Amino acid sequence: MNTKVNLAGVELKNPVMTASGTFGSGAEYSEFYDLGELGAVVTKGVANVPWPGNPTPRIAETYGGMINAIGLQNPGIDVFCERDIPFLKKYDTRIIVNVCGKTTEDYCQVVDRLADEDVDMLEINISCPNVKEGGIAFGQDPKAVEAITKEVKKRAKQPVIMKLSPNVTDITEMARAAEAGGADVLSLINTLTGMKIDIHRRTFAVANKTGGMSGPAVKPVAVRMVYQVANAVKVPIIGMGGIATADDAMEFILAGATAVSVGTANFFNPYAARDVAKGIEEYMRKYQVEDINTLIGAVR
Amino acid sequence: MKAKELCTVISQECIGTDIYSMWIQTERIGKEAKPGQFISLYSKDGSKLLPRPISLCEIDSESGSLRIVYRVTGKNTGTEEFSRLQSGDTVEILGPLGNGFPLQEAEGKTVFLMGGGIGIPPMVETGKQIQGDVITIAGYRDELFLTEEMEKNGELYIATEDGSAGTKGNVMDAIRENGLKADVIFACGPTPMLRAIKAYAEEQQISCWISMEEKMACGVGACLACVCKSKEVDDHSHVHNKRICKDGPVFSASEVEL
Repeated sequence: MNTKVNLAGVELKNPVMTASGTFGSGAEYSEFYDLGELGAVVTKGVANVPWPGNPTPRIAETYGGMINAIGLQNPGIDVFCERDIPFLKKYDTRIIVNVCGKTTEDYCQVVDRLADEDVDMLEINISCPNVKEGGIAFGQDPKAVEAITKEVKKRAKQPVIMKLSPNVTDITEMARAAEAGGADVLSLINTLTGMKIDIHRRTFAVANKTGGMSGPAVKPVAVRMVYQVANAVKVPIIGMGGIATADDAMEFILAGATAVSVGTANFFNPYAARDVAKGIEEYMRKYQVEDINTLIGAVR
Repeated sequence: MKAKELCTVISQECIGTDIYSMWIQTERIGKEAKPGQFISLYSKDGSKLLPRPISLCEIDSESGSLRIVYRVTGKNTGTEEFSRLQSGDTVEILGPLGNGFPLQEAEGKTVFLMGGGIGIPPMVETGKQIQGDVITIAGYRDELFLTEEMEKNGELYIATEDGSAGTKGNVMDAIRENGLKADVIFACGPTPMLRAIKAYAEEQQISCWISMEEKMACGVGACLACVCKSKEVDDHSHVHNKRICKDGPVFSASEVEL
Protein backbone atom coordinates (compact mmCIF):
# COMPACT_ATOMS: atom_id res chain seq x y z
CA MET A 1 0.00 0.00 0.00
CA ASN A 2 1.48 3.36 -0.98
CA THR A 3 0.56 6.47 0.98
CA LYS A 4 3.45 8.55 -0.32
CA VAL A 5 2.63 11.64 -2.32
CA ASN A 6 4.84 14.07 -4.15
CA LEU A 7 4.57 17.84 -3.94
CA ALA A 8 6.84 19.62 -6.42
CA GLY A 9 9.55 17.01 -5.99
CA VAL A 10 9.20 16.77 -2.22
CA GLU A 11 8.08 13.32 -1.16
CA LEU A 12 5.77 13.05 1.82
CA LYS A 13 5.34 9.72 3.63
CA ASN A 14 1.62 10.37 3.74
CA PRO A 15 -0.60 13.20 2.51
CA VAL A 16 -1.40 14.59 5.96
CA MET A 17 0.00 17.85 7.26
CA THR A 18 -1.04 20.50 9.73
CA ALA A 19 -2.71 23.76 8.77
CA SER A 20 -0.63 26.81 9.55
CA GLY A 21 -1.50 28.57 12.78
CA THR A 22 -3.18 25.60 14.41
CA PHE A 23 -0.08 23.65 15.37
CA GLY A 24 2.56 26.21 16.42
CA SER A 25 5.87 24.69 15.34
CA GLY A 26 4.76 21.31 16.60
CA ALA A 27 6.27 21.44 20.09
CA GLU A 28 2.94 21.53 21.93
CA TYR A 29 1.57 18.55 20.00
CA SER A 30 4.78 16.52 20.21
CA GLU A 31 3.66 15.84 23.80
CA PHE A 32 0.78 13.82 22.36
CA TYR A 33 2.34 11.85 19.50
CA ASP A 34 5.42 11.44 17.33
CA LEU A 35 5.35 14.19 14.69
CA GLY A 36 7.07 11.67 12.41
CA GLU A 37 3.64 10.14 11.87
CA LEU A 38 2.72 13.14 9.73
CA GLY A 39 3.60 13.82 6.11
CA ALA A 40 4.65 17.34 7.03
CA VAL A 41 4.36 19.96 9.73
CA VAL A 42 3.33 23.36 8.43
CA THR A 43 4.42 25.96 10.93
CA LYS A 44 2.53 28.98 12.17
CA GLY A 45 3.20 32.05 10.03
CA VAL A 46 6.58 33.63 10.63
CA ALA A 47 7.48 37.21 9.70
CA ASN A 48 10.79 39.06 9.42
CA VAL A 49 10.37 40.49 12.93
CA PRO A 50 8.26 39.46 15.97
CA TRP A 51 4.57 40.37 15.69
CA PRO A 52 2.49 40.88 18.85
CA GLY A 53 -0.83 39.93 17.24
CA ASN A 54 -4.28 41.31 18.03
CA PRO A 55 -5.96 42.24 21.32
CA THR A 56 -8.06 39.62 23.13
CA PRO A 57 -10.58 38.05 22.91
CA ARG A 58 -9.02 36.49 19.85
CA ILE A 59 -11.42 33.60 19.28
CA ALA A 60 -15.09 32.72 19.51
CA GLU A 61 -16.92 29.48 18.95
CA THR A 62 -19.55 29.39 16.21
CA TYR A 63 -21.93 26.61 15.19
CA GLY A 64 -19.69 23.74 14.11
CA GLY A 65 -16.76 26.08 13.82
CA MET A 66 -14.96 29.03 15.29
CA ILE A 67 -13.66 32.41 14.30
CA ASN A 68 -10.20 33.57 15.16
CA ALA A 69 -8.34 36.83 14.89
CA ILE A 70 -5.00 35.96 16.45
CA GLY A 71 -3.27 38.43 14.13
CA LEU A 72 -0.25 36.26 13.31
CA GLN A 73 1.56 36.63 16.62
CA ASN A 74 4.99 35.14 15.98
CA PRO A 75 8.56 35.39 17.27
CA GLY A 76 10.09 36.50 13.97
CA ILE A 77 12.39 34.58 11.67
CA ASP A 78 15.56 34.74 13.81
CA VAL A 79 14.09 32.98 16.83
CA PHE A 80 12.27 30.64 14.49
CA CYS A 81 15.50 29.56 12.79
CA GLU A 82 17.37 29.16 16.06
CA ARG A 83 14.69 27.33 17.96
CA ASP A 84 11.91 25.88 15.83
CA ILE A 85 13.79 24.45 12.86
CA PRO A 86 16.25 22.45 15.03
CA PHE A 87 13.28 21.21 17.04
CA LEU A 88 11.42 20.00 13.95
CA LYS A 89 14.57 18.42 12.51
CA LYS A 90 14.37 15.85 15.31
CA TYR A 91 11.34 14.32 13.65
CA ASP A 92 11.08 12.25 10.52
CA THR A 93 8.67 14.60 8.81
CA ARG A 94 8.82 17.35 6.21
CA ILE A 95 9.07 20.96 7.36
CA ILE A 96 6.98 23.56 5.62
CA VAL A 97 7.45 27.12 6.82
CA ASN A 98 4.50 29.45 6.51
CA VAL A 99 5.71 32.96 5.68
CA CYS A 100 3.78 36.16 6.41
CA GLY A 101 4.51 39.81 5.90
CA LYS A 102 3.10 43.30 5.61
CA THR A 103 4.98 44.22 2.43
CA THR A 104 6.59 42.29 -0.41
CA GLU A 105 9.92 43.24 1.14
CA ASP A 106 8.92 41.59 4.46
CA TYR A 107 8.04 38.34 2.72
CA CYS A 108 11.27 38.42 0.73
CA GLN A 109 13.40 38.98 3.84
CA VAL A 110 11.98 35.83 5.39
CA VAL A 111 12.36 33.85 2.18
CA ASP A 112 15.99 35.00 1.88
CA ARG A 113 16.72 34.15 5.48
CA LEU A 114 15.34 30.62 4.92
CA ALA A 115 17.44 30.03 1.80
CA ASP A 116 20.22 28.29 3.70
CA GLU A 117 17.97 26.58 6.21
CA ASP A 118 17.17 22.92 6.02
CA VAL A 119 13.43 23.23 5.44
CA ASP A 120 11.50 21.47 2.70
CA MET A 121 9.01 24.00 1.39
CA LEU A 122 7.73 27.52 1.93
CA GLU A 123 4.06 28.37 2.16
CA ILE A 124 3.35 32.02 1.44
CA ASN A 125 0.41 33.37 3.39
CA ILE A 126 -1.30 35.91 1.16
CA SER A 127 -4.67 35.21 2.67
CA CYS A 128 -4.75 36.04 6.38
CA PRO A 129 -7.96 38.02 6.98
CA ASN A 130 -6.88 39.29 10.40
CA VAL A 131 -4.04 41.71 9.81
CA LYS A 132 -4.47 45.26 8.60
CA GLU A 133 -1.60 45.29 6.14
CA GLY A 134 -0.34 42.48 3.97
CA GLY A 135 -1.97 39.10 4.26
CA ILE A 136 -5.23 39.07 2.39
CA ALA A 137 -4.48 42.36 0.58
CA PHE A 138 -2.07 40.36 -1.59
CA GLY A 139 -4.53 37.54 -2.10
CA GLN A 140 -7.61 39.28 -3.47
CA ASP A 141 -6.20 40.78 -6.64
CA PRO A 142 -4.88 38.44 -9.34
CA LYS A 143 -2.22 40.94 -10.44
CA ALA A 144 -0.93 41.22 -6.86
CA VAL A 145 -1.00 37.42 -6.47
CA GLU A 146 1.07 36.94 -9.60
CA ALA A 147 3.50 39.72 -8.70
CA ILE A 148 4.26 38.50 -5.20
CA THR A 149 4.51 34.91 -6.36
CA LYS A 150 7.09 35.93 -8.98
CA GLU A 151 9.06 37.96 -6.46
CA VAL A 152 9.14 35.09 -3.95
CA LYS A 153 9.99 32.53 -6.62
CA LYS A 154 12.98 34.60 -7.74
CA ARG A 155 14.52 34.26 -4.31
CA ALA A 156 13.24 31.04 -2.84
CA LYS A 157 15.57 28.06 -2.65
CA GLN A 158 12.71 25.72 -1.73
CA PRO A 159 9.50 24.94 -3.62
CA VAL A 160 6.86 27.60 -3.05
CA ILE A 161 3.28 27.00 -1.97
CA MET A 162 0.89 29.94 -2.34
CA LYS A 163 -1.94 29.85 0.19
CA LEU A 164 -5.15 31.18 -1.27
CA SER A 165 -8.05 33.01 0.31
CA PRO A 166 -11.64 31.90 -0.16
CA ASN A 167 -12.77 35.50 0.30
CA VAL A 168 -12.84 36.22 -3.43
CA THR A 169 -15.44 36.07 -6.18
CA ASP A 170 -13.58 33.47 -8.21
CA ILE A 171 -10.81 31.49 -6.55
CA THR A 172 -9.72 29.92 -9.86
CA GLU A 173 -8.67 33.38 -11.02
CA MET A 174 -6.29 33.67 -8.06
CA ALA A 175 -5.10 30.10 -8.56
CA ARG A 176 -4.26 30.77 -12.21
CA ALA A 177 -2.48 33.98 -11.25
CA ALA A 178 -0.34 32.14 -8.70
CA GLU A 179 0.43 29.44 -11.22
CA ALA A 180 1.37 32.09 -13.79
CA GLY A 181 3.68 33.63 -11.20
CA GLY A 182 5.48 30.32 -10.87
CA ALA A 183 3.89 28.78 -7.78
CA ASP A 184 4.90 25.14 -7.35
CA VAL A 185 1.92 24.19 -5.22
CA LEU A 186 -1.30 25.86 -4.07
CA SER A 187 -2.89 25.46 -0.68
CA LEU A 188 -6.51 26.29 0.02
CA ILE A 189 -8.57 27.41 1.72
CA ASN A 190 -7.55 29.93 4.35
CA THR A 191 -10.36 31.00 6.68
CA LEU A 192 -13.59 32.66 5.62
CA THR A 193 -14.05 36.16 6.97
CA GLY A 194 -16.79 36.09 9.57
CA MET A 195 -18.26 37.97 12.50
CA LYS A 196 -19.95 37.06 15.75
CA ILE A 197 -21.79 39.45 18.01
CA ASP A 198 -21.93 38.85 21.74
CA ILE A 199 -25.56 39.77 22.44
CA HIS A 200 -25.03 39.84 26.22
CA ARG A 201 -22.09 42.22 26.20
CA ARG A 202 -23.48 43.90 23.04
CA THR A 203 -20.16 43.97 21.31
CA PHE A 204 -18.08 41.92 18.89
CA ALA A 205 -17.14 38.47 20.15
CA VAL A 206 -13.54 38.95 19.00
CA ALA A 207 -11.73 42.22 19.62
CA ASN A 208 -10.75 42.54 15.95
CA LYS A 209 -14.49 42.68 15.10
CA THR A 210 -14.06 40.25 12.20
CA GLY A 211 -12.20 36.98 12.25
CA GLY A 212 -11.43 33.98 10.11
CA MET A 213 -14.02 31.25 10.27
CA SER A 214 -12.82 27.65 10.27
CA GLY A 215 -13.84 24.20 11.45
CA PRO A 216 -16.18 21.49 10.13
CA ALA A 217 -18.83 24.05 9.17
CA VAL A 218 -16.68 25.41 6.32
CA LYS A 219 -15.79 22.05 4.76
CA PRO A 220 -18.30 22.03 1.87
CA VAL A 221 -17.06 25.45 0.74
CA ALA A 222 -13.47 24.23 0.86
CA VAL A 223 -14.17 20.98 -1.02
CA ARG A 224 -15.96 22.93 -3.74
CA MET A 225 -13.05 25.34 -4.11
CA VAL A 226 -10.44 22.57 -4.20
CA TYR A 227 -12.47 20.86 -6.93
CA GLN A 228 -12.71 24.08 -8.95
CA VAL A 229 -9.02 24.90 -8.60
CA ALA A 230 -7.96 21.33 -9.38
CA ASN A 231 -9.79 21.68 -12.66
CA ALA A 232 -8.27 25.07 -13.40
CA VAL A 233 -4.53 24.56 -12.79
CA LYS A 234 -1.86 21.90 -13.26
CA VAL A 235 0.10 22.40 -10.03
CA PRO A 236 -0.66 20.14 -7.07
CA ILE A 237 -3.03 21.29 -4.35
CA ILE A 238 -2.99 21.00 -0.59
CA GLY A 239 -6.61 20.93 0.49
CA MET A 240 -7.86 22.13 3.83
CA GLY A 241 -10.91 23.60 5.52
CA GLY A 242 -12.78 21.72 8.23
CA ILE A 243 -10.92 18.42 8.03
CA ALA A 244 -11.41 16.51 11.29
CA THR A 245 -11.47 12.88 10.14
CA ALA A 246 -10.01 10.67 7.41
CA ASP A 247 -13.42 10.69 5.72
CA ASP A 248 -13.18 14.47 5.45
CA ALA A 249 -9.65 14.18 4.09
CA MET A 250 -10.77 11.67 1.45
CA GLU A 251 -13.34 14.14 0.15
CA PHE A 252 -10.56 16.63 -0.52
CA ILE A 253 -8.29 14.03 -2.14
CA LEU A 254 -11.10 12.80 -4.37
CA ALA A 255 -11.88 16.42 -5.26
CA GLY A 256 -8.30 16.90 -6.45
CA ALA A 257 -6.01 17.55 -3.49
CA THR A 258 -2.63 15.80 -3.45
CA ALA A 259 -2.24 16.46 0.26
CA VAL A 260 -4.47 17.69 3.06
CA SER A 261 -4.04 19.84 6.15
CA VAL A 262 -5.72 19.35 9.49
CA GLY A 263 -6.34 22.67 11.22
CA THR A 264 -9.04 23.59 13.70
CA ALA A 265 -9.53 19.90 14.54
CA ASN A 266 -6.19 20.02 16.40
CA PHE A 267 -7.95 22.25 18.93
CA PHE A 268 -10.68 19.76 19.75
CA ASN A 269 -8.62 16.64 19.28
CA PRO A 270 -4.87 16.97 19.84
CA TYR A 271 -4.42 13.66 18.01
CA ALA A 272 -6.51 14.77 15.01
CA ALA A 273 -3.77 14.97 12.35
CA ARG A 274 -2.32 11.61 13.33
CA ASP A 275 -5.81 10.08 13.42
CA VAL A 276 -6.49 11.37 9.90
CA ALA A 277 -3.23 9.81 8.63
CA LYS A 278 -4.13 6.47 10.21
CA GLY A 279 -7.71 6.70 8.99
CA ILE A 280 -6.61 7.20 5.39
CA GLU A 281 -4.74 3.89 5.58
CA GLU A 282 -7.88 2.23 6.94
CA TYR A 283 -9.89 3.68 4.08
CA MET A 284 -7.33 2.32 1.62
CA ARG A 285 -7.47 -1.14 3.20
CA LYS A 286 -11.26 -1.12 3.25
CA TYR A 287 -11.51 -0.30 -0.44
CA GLN A 288 -8.32 -2.13 -1.40
CA VAL A 289 -6.64 0.96 -2.74
CA GLU A 290 -3.01 0.18 -3.63
CA ASP A 291 -1.83 3.72 -4.14
CA ILE A 292 -3.35 6.90 -2.71
CA ASN A 293 -2.24 8.75 -5.84
CA THR A 294 -4.84 6.89 -7.88
CA LEU A 295 -7.57 8.64 -5.89
CA ILE A 296 -6.34 12.21 -6.31
CA GLY A 297 -9.02 14.01 -8.30
CA ALA A 298 -10.80 10.71 -8.98
CA VAL A 299 -14.19 12.38 -8.75
CA ARG A 300 -14.77 14.49 -11.84
CA MET B 1 2.23 14.58 30.83
CA LYS B 2 -0.96 15.87 29.28
CA ALA B 3 -3.48 13.36 28.03
CA LYS B 4 -6.96 13.13 26.61
CA GLU B 5 -9.05 10.61 28.51
CA LEU B 6 -12.56 9.28 28.45
CA CYS B 7 -13.61 9.52 32.09
CA THR B 8 -16.51 8.23 34.13
CA VAL B 9 -18.68 10.55 36.17
CA ILE B 10 -18.74 9.53 39.83
CA SER B 11 -21.31 12.04 41.03
CA GLN B 12 -23.02 15.27 40.11
CA GLU B 13 -24.66 17.71 42.48
CA CYS B 14 -26.21 21.13 42.16
CA ILE B 15 -24.73 23.20 45.03
CA GLY B 16 -26.20 26.60 44.23
CA THR B 17 -28.08 28.48 41.55
CA ASP B 18 -26.42 27.34 38.32
CA ILE B 19 -23.42 26.04 40.32
CA TYR B 20 -22.64 22.35 39.91
CA SER B 21 -20.15 20.02 41.52
CA MET B 22 -18.98 16.96 39.61
CA TRP B 23 -16.53 14.24 40.62
CA ILE B 24 -14.97 12.35 37.75
CA GLN B 25 -12.80 9.26 37.69
CA THR B 26 -9.70 9.63 35.55
CA GLU B 27 -7.00 7.16 34.64
CA ARG B 28 -3.89 9.32 34.88
CA ILE B 29 -4.89 12.97 34.80
CA GLY B 30 -6.11 13.03 38.42
CA LYS B 31 -2.94 11.35 39.63
CA GLU B 32 -0.74 14.04 38.13
CA ALA B 33 -2.88 17.13 38.64
CA LYS B 34 -1.81 19.95 40.95
CA PRO B 35 -3.84 22.72 42.60
CA GLY B 36 -4.43 25.69 40.32
CA GLN B 37 -4.27 23.57 37.18
CA PHE B 38 -7.32 23.01 35.00
CA ILE B 39 -8.85 20.47 32.69
CA SER B 40 -10.74 20.96 29.45
CA LEU B 41 -14.03 19.13 29.00
CA TYR B 42 -15.38 18.17 25.59
CA SER B 43 -19.02 18.49 24.62
CA LYS B 44 -20.62 15.52 22.91
CA ASP B 45 -22.49 17.95 20.66
CA GLY B 46 -20.56 18.22 17.39
CA SER B 47 -21.64 21.82 16.88
CA LYS B 48 -19.68 22.79 20.02
CA LEU B 49 -16.12 22.20 19.00
CA LEU B 50 -13.93 23.74 21.59
CA PRO B 51 -13.13 22.14 24.93
CA ARG B 52 -14.35 24.05 28.00
CA PRO B 53 -11.54 24.89 30.45
CA ILE B 54 -12.59 24.35 34.07
CA SER B 55 -10.45 24.69 37.19
CA LEU B 56 -9.83 21.85 39.62
CA CYS B 57 -11.62 22.14 42.94
CA GLU B 58 -10.37 18.94 44.57
CA ILE B 59 -7.83 16.32 43.59
CA ASP B 60 -7.68 12.80 44.96
CA SER B 61 -4.31 11.81 43.56
CA GLU B 62 -4.46 8.36 45.12
CA SER B 63 -7.57 7.28 43.24
CA GLY B 64 -7.14 9.70 40.33
CA SER B 65 -10.52 11.29 40.83
CA LEU B 66 -11.12 14.99 40.34
CA ARG B 67 -13.79 17.42 41.49
CA ILE B 68 -14.80 20.38 39.42
CA VAL B 69 -17.22 23.08 40.58
CA TYR B 70 -18.48 25.12 37.67
CA ARG B 71 -21.15 27.56 36.62
CA VAL B 72 -23.72 26.74 33.95
CA THR B 73 -23.42 29.72 31.65
CA GLY B 74 -26.78 29.49 29.88
CA LYS B 75 -29.23 27.38 27.95
CA ASN B 76 -27.78 25.01 25.34
CA THR B 77 -24.24 25.61 26.50
CA GLY B 78 -21.49 23.07 27.02
CA THR B 79 -21.65 23.60 30.76
CA GLU B 80 -25.38 22.90 30.75
CA GLU B 81 -24.65 19.63 28.96
CA PHE B 82 -22.05 18.74 31.62
CA SER B 83 -24.52 19.53 34.39
CA ARG B 84 -26.86 16.84 33.07
CA LEU B 85 -24.22 14.12 33.32
CA GLN B 86 -24.99 11.55 35.99
CA SER B 87 -23.03 8.89 37.83
CA GLY B 88 -21.81 6.32 35.31
CA ASP B 89 -21.93 8.67 32.31
CA THR B 90 -18.75 9.42 30.45
CA VAL B 91 -17.03 12.68 29.60
CA GLU B 92 -13.89 13.31 27.61
CA ILE B 93 -11.29 15.56 29.19
CA LEU B 94 -7.85 16.93 28.40
CA GLY B 95 -5.41 17.61 31.19
CA PRO B 96 -3.85 18.39 33.49
CA LEU B 97 -3.33 21.80 31.90
CA GLY B 98 -1.46 24.90 33.02
CA ASN B 99 1.10 25.43 35.76
CA GLY B 100 -0.83 25.62 39.05
CA PHE B 101 -0.11 27.68 42.17
CA PRO B 102 3.52 27.73 43.41
CA LEU B 103 2.80 26.04 46.76
CA GLN B 104 6.45 26.29 47.86
CA GLU B 105 6.10 30.09 47.94
CA ALA B 106 3.58 29.69 50.77
CA GLU B 107 5.51 27.18 52.84
CA GLY B 108 5.67 28.20 56.49
CA LYS B 109 3.99 31.50 55.74
CA THR B 110 0.62 33.10 56.28
CA VAL B 111 -1.20 32.99 52.98
CA PHE B 112 -4.36 34.61 51.73
CA LEU B 113 -6.34 32.41 49.37
CA MET B 114 -8.67 34.85 47.66
CA GLY B 115 -11.43 33.61 45.42
CA GLY B 116 -14.20 35.53 43.73
CA GLY B 117 -17.33 33.86 42.34
CA ILE B 118 -16.47 30.91 40.16
CA GLY B 119 -12.80 31.65 40.96
CA ILE B 120 -13.41 30.20 44.43
CA PRO B 121 -13.24 26.43 43.59
CA PRO B 122 -9.45 26.20 42.98
CA MET B 123 -8.87 27.62 46.46
CA VAL B 124 -10.23 24.44 48.05
CA GLU B 125 -7.47 22.08 46.88
CA THR B 126 -4.84 24.82 47.06
CA GLY B 127 -5.72 25.39 50.71
CA LYS B 128 -5.58 21.68 51.42
CA GLN B 129 -2.07 21.29 50.07
CA ILE B 130 -0.39 24.44 51.40
CA GLN B 131 2.07 23.89 54.25
CA GLY B 132 1.42 27.18 56.00
CA ASP B 133 -1.26 29.23 57.72
CA VAL B 134 -4.19 29.47 55.36
CA ILE B 135 -6.65 32.33 55.50
CA THR B 136 -9.30 31.95 52.82
CA ILE B 137 -11.26 35.01 51.73
CA ALA B 138 -14.17 34.19 49.46
CA GLY B 139 -16.26 36.77 47.65
CA TYR B 140 -19.79 35.96 46.48
CA ARG B 141 -22.60 37.89 44.88
CA ASP B 142 -25.10 36.49 47.40
CA GLU B 143 -25.40 32.70 47.57
CA LEU B 144 -22.56 30.82 49.33
CA PHE B 145 -20.96 27.56 48.21
CA LEU B 146 -17.94 25.44 49.19
CA THR B 147 -17.72 27.14 52.61
CA GLU B 148 -17.51 23.85 54.56
CA GLU B 149 -14.58 22.68 52.45
CA MET B 150 -12.71 25.95 52.87
CA GLU B 151 -13.30 26.08 56.64
CA LYS B 152 -11.35 22.84 56.94
CA ASN B 153 -8.28 24.57 55.50
CA GLY B 154 -8.12 27.32 58.14
CA GLU B 155 -9.81 30.64 58.83
CA LEU B 156 -12.52 31.58 56.35
CA TYR B 157 -13.76 35.10 55.74
CA ILE B 158 -16.69 35.80 53.49
CA ALA B 159 -17.74 38.86 51.55
CA THR B 160 -21.08 39.18 49.77
CA GLU B 161 -22.12 41.97 47.47
CA ASP B 162 -25.57 42.17 49.06
CA GLY B 163 -24.28 41.82 52.63
CA SER B 164 -26.33 38.66 53.24
CA ALA B 165 -23.28 36.95 54.76
CA GLY B 166 -19.93 38.15 56.10
CA THR B 167 -18.61 41.51 55.01
CA LYS B 168 -20.84 43.56 52.72
CA GLY B 169 -18.71 44.24 49.69
CA ASN B 170 -15.80 42.41 48.10
CA VAL B 171 -12.79 40.42 49.25
CA MET B 172 -10.72 43.58 49.75
CA ASP B 173 -13.43 44.96 52.04
CA ALA B 174 -13.26 41.70 54.02
CA ILE B 175 -9.49 42.11 54.52
CA ARG B 176 -9.92 45.68 55.80
CA GLU B 177 -12.92 44.97 57.99
CA ASN B 178 -11.18 42.05 59.70
CA GLY B 179 -7.72 43.64 59.82
CA LEU B 180 -6.12 40.63 58.11
CA LYS B 181 -2.44 40.35 57.20
CA ALA B 182 -0.52 37.84 55.11
CA ASP B 183 2.92 37.19 53.61
CA VAL B 184 1.70 35.73 50.32
CA ILE B 185 -1.47 35.89 48.23
CA PHE B 186 -2.92 33.33 45.85
CA ALA B 187 -5.99 34.62 44.02
CA CYS B 188 -8.50 33.66 41.36
CA GLY B 189 -11.52 35.62 40.23
CA PRO B 190 -12.81 38.34 37.91
CA THR B 191 -10.30 40.84 36.50
CA PRO B 192 -11.43 43.87 38.58
CA MET B 193 -10.88 41.79 41.72
CA LEU B 194 -7.44 40.65 40.55
CA ARG B 195 -6.54 44.25 39.73
CA ALA B 196 -7.45 45.37 43.24
CA ILE B 197 -5.52 42.49 44.79
CA LYS B 198 -2.47 43.23 42.67
CA ALA B 199 -2.56 46.86 43.81
CA TYR B 200 -2.95 45.78 47.44
CA ALA B 201 -0.03 43.36 47.19
CA GLU B 202 2.19 46.06 45.70
CA GLU B 203 1.24 48.51 48.43
CA GLN B 204 1.88 45.88 51.13
CA GLN B 205 5.00 44.67 49.30
CA ILE B 206 4.00 41.04 49.53
CA SER B 207 4.26 38.44 46.78
CA CYS B 208 1.06 37.70 44.95
CA TRP B 209 0.06 35.03 42.46
CA ILE B 210 -3.07 35.32 40.38
CA SER B 211 -4.90 32.87 38.16
CA MET B 212 -6.06 34.39 34.88
CA GLU B 213 -8.82 33.59 32.43
CA GLU B 214 -9.37 34.17 28.71
CA LYS B 215 -11.20 32.51 25.82
CA MET B 216 -9.20 29.42 24.87
CA ALA B 217 -9.09 27.13 21.88
CA CYS B 218 -6.34 24.49 22.03
CA GLY B 219 -5.59 24.69 25.77
CA VAL B 220 -2.01 23.54 25.21
CA GLY B 221 -0.18 26.68 24.06
CA ALA B 222 -0.31 26.26 20.29
CA CYS B 223 -3.03 28.59 19.03
CA LEU B 224 -2.07 31.78 20.91
CA ALA B 225 -5.71 32.72 21.54
CA CYS B 226 -5.54 33.13 25.32
CA VAL B 227 -2.70 35.55 25.80
CA CYS B 228 -2.31 38.23 28.45
CA LYS B 229 -0.06 41.27 28.50
CA SER B 230 3.18 40.51 30.27
CA LYS B 231 5.81 42.90 31.56
CA GLU B 232 8.67 40.74 30.37
CA VAL B 233 9.18 39.52 26.83
CA ASP B 234 7.60 36.07 26.62
CA ASP B 235 9.66 32.99 25.78
CA HIS B 236 7.37 31.79 23.03
CA SER B 237 6.85 34.72 20.65
CA HIS B 238 9.38 37.17 22.11
CA VAL B 239 6.71 39.87 22.42
CA HIS B 240 4.79 40.73 25.60
CA ASN B 241 2.12 38.09 25.44
CA LYS B 242 2.12 35.17 27.85
CA ARG B 243 -0.07 32.21 27.11
CA ILE B 244 -2.62 31.75 29.89
CA CYS B 245 -3.18 28.06 29.13
CA LYS B 246 0.50 27.13 29.04
CA ASP B 247 2.62 29.76 30.82
CA GLY B 248 -0.23 30.27 33.32
CA PRO B 249 -3.00 30.29 34.29
CA VAL B 250 -1.13 31.31 37.46
CA PHE B 251 1.20 34.28 37.12
CA SER B 252 3.11 36.42 39.53
CA ALA B 253 0.91 39.55 39.75
CA SER B 254 3.90 41.77 39.02
CA GLU B 255 4.53 39.83 35.81
CA VAL B 256 1.22 40.62 34.09
CA GLU B 257 -0.62 43.79 33.20
CA LEU B 258 -4.30 43.81 34.08
